[in-house]
Amino acid sequence: MAFANFESAHILLVLPEILLLGLAGLILLLDGVWREQQRRLLGWVSAGGSLLTLILAILFSRPEIGGDPILIFGGMLRHDWTGFTFKIVFLFAVAVTSMLSLDMEGLAKRGAYFALLLIAAFGMCLMAAASDLIILLLAIETTSIPLYILAGFLKADKKSTEAGIKYFLFGALSSAVMLYGFSLLFGFTGETNIYRLAAMVRVGEFSPWILLGTALLVLVGFGFKVSVVPFHFWSPDVYEGAPTPITAFISTASKAAGFAVLLRVMLVAFPTIEAYWTTLFAILAAATMTIGNLLAIPQKNIKRLLAYSSIAHAGYALIGLVALSSLGTASSVFYLLGYVVTNLAAFTIVIIFAQSAGSEQIADYAGLSRRAPGLALALMLALLSLAGMPPLVGFVAKFYVFAAAVQSGWIWLAIVGVLNAIIGLYYYMTILKVVYLYRSKDEQVSIDIPRATAVTLVFCTLAIIGIGTISGPWLNLAVEAAKALF
Amino acid sequence: MNFPILSVISFIPIGTALILFMLPGDRKNLIRWVALAAAFACFSLSVLAYFSYDQDVGGYQFKEGPYPWVGALGISYHVGVDGMNLPLVLLTGVVIFTGVLISWGVDDRPREFFAFLFILATGVFGVFISLDLFQLFFFYEIAVFPMYLLIAIWGWKVTREYAAMKLTLYLFIGSVIALVGALAMYFTADMQTFDMIALQEAGFSTAFQRFWFPFVFFGFAVLGGIFPVHNWSPDGHVAAPTAVSMFHAGVLMKLGAFAALRVGIMLMPEGAKIWAPLILVLATVNVVYGALIAMVQRDFKYVIGFSSVSHMGLVMLGFATLNLKGLTGAGLQMFSHGVMTALFFAVVGMVYDRAHTREISKLGGFSKVMPLVAVAFIIGGLVSMGMPGFSGFIAEFPIFMGLWQRQPIVAIIAALGIVITASYIIRIIGRVFFGEIPKEFEGHISSINNFDRIALVLLAGILILIGVYPSVMAPLIESGANAVLALFGGA
Repeated sequence: MAFANFESAHILLVLPEILLLGLAGLILLLDGVWREQQRRLLGWVSAGGSLLTLILAILFSRPEIGGDPILIFGGMLRHDWTGFTFKIVFLFAVAVTSMLSLDMEGLAKRGAYFALLLIAAFGMCLMAAASDLIILLLAIETTSIPLYILAGFLKADKKSTEAGIKYFLFGALSSAVMLYGFSLLFGFTGETNIYRLAAMVRVGEFSPWILLGTALLVLVGFGFKVSVVPFHFWSPDVYEGAPTPITAFISTASKAAGFAVLLRVMLVAFPTIEAYWTTLFAILAAATMTIGNLLAIPQKNIKRLLAYSSIAHAGYALIGLVALSSLGTASSVFYLLGYVVTNLAAFTIVIIFAQSAGSEQIADYAGLSRRAPGLALALMLALLSLAGMPPLVGFVAKFYVFAAAVQSGWIWLAIVGVLNAIIGLYYYMTILKVVYLYRSKDEQVSIDIPRATAVTLVFCTLAIIGIGTISGPWLNLAVEAAKALF
Repeated sequence: MNFPILSVISFIPIGTALILFMLPGDRKNLIRWVALAAAFACFSLSVLAYFSYDQDVGGYQFKEGPYPWVGALGISYHVGVDGMNLPLVLLTGVVIFTGVLISWGVDDRPREFFAFLFILATGVFGVFISLDLFQLFFFYEIAVFPMYLLIAIWGWKVTREYAAMKLTLYLFIGSVIALVGALAMYFTADMQTFDMIALQEAGFSTAFQRFWFPFVFFGFAVLGGIFPVHNWSPDGHVAAPTAVSMFHAGVLMKLGAFAALRVGIMLMPEGAKIWAPLILVLATVNVVYGALIAMVQRDFKYVIGFSSVSHMGLVMLGFATLNLKGLTGAGLQMFSHGVMTALFFAVVGMVYDRAHTREISKLGGFSKVMPLVAVAFIIGGLVSMGMPGFSGFIAEFPIFMGLWQRQPIVAIIAALGIVITASYIIRIIGRVFFGEIPKEFEGHISSINNFDRIALVLLAGILILIGVYPSVMAPLIESGANAVLALFGGA
């Protein structure tokens, strides 16, 4: 790994970030210029632009296979497969979120909404690549602040406002604690670059307990982002109150971004206390899975249920990190890939249903299989993938994380994980029971599926099956991403 | 043979499910015919595969692969059949075909019904032909889930939600526990492959096998209905619609038993030796206790449900003998019981559809209105009691011989199960099919249709064929049992 000096070619490596920022600016401009009628195209610009960015990123800013990672811009960013893989995930998620927002009352014609969304994605891309504490903090704030606003974007809706405030308060507090952790790290080592800092940690004889304390402070911030128990309290309320496309975005892209920094910082910056923090994370993972799943059972609102389920999924993904191996990290990355695609599909259905039937209560999903058989089938696939059933992506993802746990000797954690998968299956099945079994008096009322949303849903569903059955290439991608961290 | 017959058999059902989902849901007859055609194709191909297996050559045949699937972990697509699993493929073919025939009357969303049934069938075929451990789990889980919907949606209204949830959770718990064991095998072998033929040579240490064998064996044996985790099965059988009960008791329970054999016993033979006494005890409880509970049931279908628990105990007993006779008997029993229990559940379904009650005390005299159904049930009953001339005898006799070699006392206790079986079967035959027909049913009971007739004749025919001419199956299964024993150092 080399600390490269600034070269103009490096501009190409941050192409996605530049394009996202440019796109956000363009949308603000169009918002000012366009008339009311034309503004409904803003969502298309955002979705199309981010898809185009996705393609350009794959074409031009992909790291070489087998090539060494390089630190660019004076060590601020690291150009490697880890960052690249996560950026692809974020770009995909922001495109899908834009598509989902196209028909939403109060969001679709607002330039500020899409601009904030893109800026949040911009921040996430930086988070995934950041290799310096300073840029890391900035990236996290660049992501978080737009998300606070977006969560409370529906000003007329009390729940949305509450979500925004709650998200902001929790977020600001945990950022502050994390920043204190960063400052300690800097204080101990005199470095802000996490790779240089790691080298200092190795040579300096720090007490493991001091380092672990620092790691804990840092973890508060990251744990908030990925909603790990005990930093998960915000998520059900925020998920329920925020506009549903934003819920989808927070639960997928934002969580994945949190994991990107979590993986990088934990694996890189704390090499000497691995035995300590893996034990800590094993306990956190077990608690996160168990509490998330148990609290999901009694939920009546589907967004709240998915919120608790997403807490549980953070726990499964953590198992891969605990395994502390190349396979483990790869399995975490793969898990997130699968989780993002699946959860986006699930939220797409929630949006379609809420727009047509005006409800987010699970009980109102009764008779869905008679009202809209295709939608019911898609919901079944999404929920079964979350539950970890083959041939869907959730199954292979869980298989890989449990494999990683067994490989590294974390048998008890693997067993806690598989038992949790059963709790998960239970509550996903109770939804399917409502959808397929129960009758409703609205059965004759058909459900209107807007075309853009339908396309998104079909794509995500095919991806759930496709990645699930042919997981090899995706696992290879995740393995590349993992290699860059070891 | 170049034609990938095994893959074709196992992917026809899922292909059919996709086609069915694309058909309009209200064209119910079209849906039924498509389902029947696909089921018939599976059936005829499995018959073809069965009779083109070359016994002189032996070993795994019709092999495909290994084709790399997930290269990074050494997962491949690898299929093949030998004497142990080929009869089970045939069994699945028979049951899916007869199951579709019996289900002609399903009127609530038949498209979804048949589609889920076919997804289930793909899972079952996939497990039976798998030579790769990952692939086995992959298909195993595919086989477990559709049961939930099939039972919960089309099942018996009174208990379906409870029974479906219970069944799915039990089976899923079993399979994920087994999964952890399988992963431990993979990493301990450290051969970078999930191929079971390769893993047979892994030479796991005795300590390893002692610790992990129960995870894998009992994890799968949950689906085989082993005591004390058999509880899901009678509830599930009873709540399920007829075709699903047939599939469930006829094929799915064999899936558990087979996977326990294939992954548990064959990959960890030392572990099997250590744990065999416990399996013997539990399986004996299955046989006797299951039969006793069946005897006191008032509900016709619960009798058959508990009789499955009892008969699956015999399969487990056969496994636990770890000798040639016992294993051959277990293999035969899997096939024989599969066909027999499918026949039983078909009959129960036909009676229930007409009488709308399954309480034995309220039924009677059905042989007068449905003679063929009565004959079919009597044939099934004779098989169940292990009468010579029927497949049950061919299967149970070697199991008891094997047991005698291994542990005579167990053979004696388990033989009690047969006596009890005879008592409850004869009681049902007498109460349900003979005697006076109750007044409320007189004139109401219609005859069965031709689809039902074909199914009954086919199932009963197979039971008699194997009974009078065991050479169609016994030598084949014996070759499979020999292959299993070869892993025990040729014991």
